[in-house]
Amino acid sequence: MTQYLLSVHSVEGEARDPMSKEEMRQFMERVGVLEEEMKSAGAWLFGGALHEADTATVVRVSDGEVLTTDGPFAEAKEHLGGFYIIEANDLDAALAWASKTTAAVSKPIEVRPFRHVSEA
Amino acid sequence: MPRLDEAAVGQVFREESGRSIAALVRAFGDIDLAEDAVQEAFAIALRAWARDGLPPNPGGWITTTARNRAIDRLRREARGQELLSAVAVLTPESDEPGLPDETRPVQDDRLCLIFTCCHPALSIEAQIALTLRLLGGLSTKEVARSFLVTEPTMATRLARAKRKIKAARIPYRVPEEHELPDRLRPVLAVVYLIYTAGQTSQAEPGLCAEAIRLARILATLMPDEPEVAGLLALLLLTESRRASRIRPDGTLALLGEQDPKRWDRALIDEGQSIVRRCLRRNQPGPYQLQAAINAVHADAATLEQTDWSQIVALYDQLLAVAPTPVVALNRAIAIGEIQGPAAALALVNELDLDNYQPFHATRADLLQRLGQTSEAAAAYERAASMAPTDAERDFLRLGGRASR
Repeated sequence: MTQYLLSVHSVEGEARDPMSKEEMRQFMERVGVLEEEMKSAGAWLFGGALHEADTATVVRVSDGEVLTTDGPFAEAKEHLGGFYIIEANDLDAALAWASKTTAAVSKPIEVRPFRHVSEA
Repeated sequence: MPRLDEAAVGQVFREESGRSIAALVRAFGDIDLAEDAVQEAFAIALRAWARDGLPPNPGGWITTTARNRAIDRLRREARGQELLSAVAVLTPESDEPGLPDETRPVQDDRLCLIFTCCHPALSIEAQIALTLRLLGGLSTKEVARSFLVTEPTMATRLARAKRKIKAARIPYRVPEEHELPDRLRPVLAVVYLIYTAGQTSQAEPGLCAEAIRLARILATLMPDEPEVAGLLALLLLTESRRASRIRPDGTLALLGEQDPKRWDRALIDEGQSIVRRCLRRNQPGPYQLQAAINAVHADAATLEQTDWSQIVALYDQLLAVAPTPVVALNRAIAIGEIQGPAAALALVNELDLDNYQPFHATRADLLQRLGQTSEAAAAYERAASMAPTDAERDFLRLGGRASR
């Protein structure tokens, strides 16, 4: 089994039509059904949606000192919006989950394999 | 037994290495290991066969030798021990892994390998390169030359693709029935693109033969897929006329100017008989329809004798399953043969194909036939500047058909 990251990215400053209450309810329902399916198939490991990138804090070490700065990595235009970590037999199985995810959230999904400890 | 030189072993390599690599990927699940071991086996073959002559089953000999080499290597590596015990579990038919009967044909895993090489998660460039390298037995240098990139660039492209196959676990299997239509499309496209690269690339003319060889393998391994048969027929019928497309002086010959006596009748017969089988099966698709169009052309001794109404009917069907402007352009040309150049030009002018060289060549020819010489000259110049081969460029610079 291989673990895969299924992620959705949002572009900074990209205008988004606010969802109506009804649209939001349908969206949550679609996502709920998908996550249930992942769990009952034994594919689900973890997942979730993130708050906007401007809620991020970056911590780095500079000259042996820990610096904390407000905001996401300045240079990035695209930010992680949410993700699932799943387990699948092969890429085809992971891509099948990604197809279901993109259908549920109406956004492109990037699929990346996790490095095995032994492959390091 | 005849003694063998390097060229003869090279020939066997082209024919057999794909099968051997596929068998080893099946056994060890590692493309790099399979490639290296098969390479080594051929180096051993070069010495052994020169001394003892060709064995009864060269492919089996190579596969067995490569398997033993791979096992030797794994025994030397720590991680290999683990893999070896897994291999032993996977191949219960023999007590000692890697010792199949070398006189028996090995199980054909090439179909799995081609579906891995042409997985839609890989770019089309990577798909073509991997297919030529692993199934076609071309060296990295030859693959690089075919696509006019440097050898290091191609080596990087191949290495990245193989790393992705391994890391992302692109599966090694023939897709299931319901996946097949989506998964077969890139496989057929790769073989077709290898053929067209051979038509335009002076560097590697062997690509046309290689594409036909791959299409034959696919047709043998997937006898129930009508589009696979269609692709093979299309390539055979196109190939039958390839030699006659270039005139003795090196310039381009249009279909109507080609000497049908120079067409390869054996290829035409084989292509046409496949097309007839496709027609009986009646599950048309883009490759079968293009093959059928070529089959009609091959029937006519001269352009005037061509059954244009049948060709238009086939293009109508093709446009329905593959509604692209390129298909529409070819349909317009066929309509022009029945209704005249004005009708064709009206259809051609509707198309958004400014970056497609044959669009300009077609417009130039139609304008010329309508006597609109200055517009025709501009279109010829545009087409010539985009021509993929010298023969074609010279033909267009001289004013196309009117120059003859």
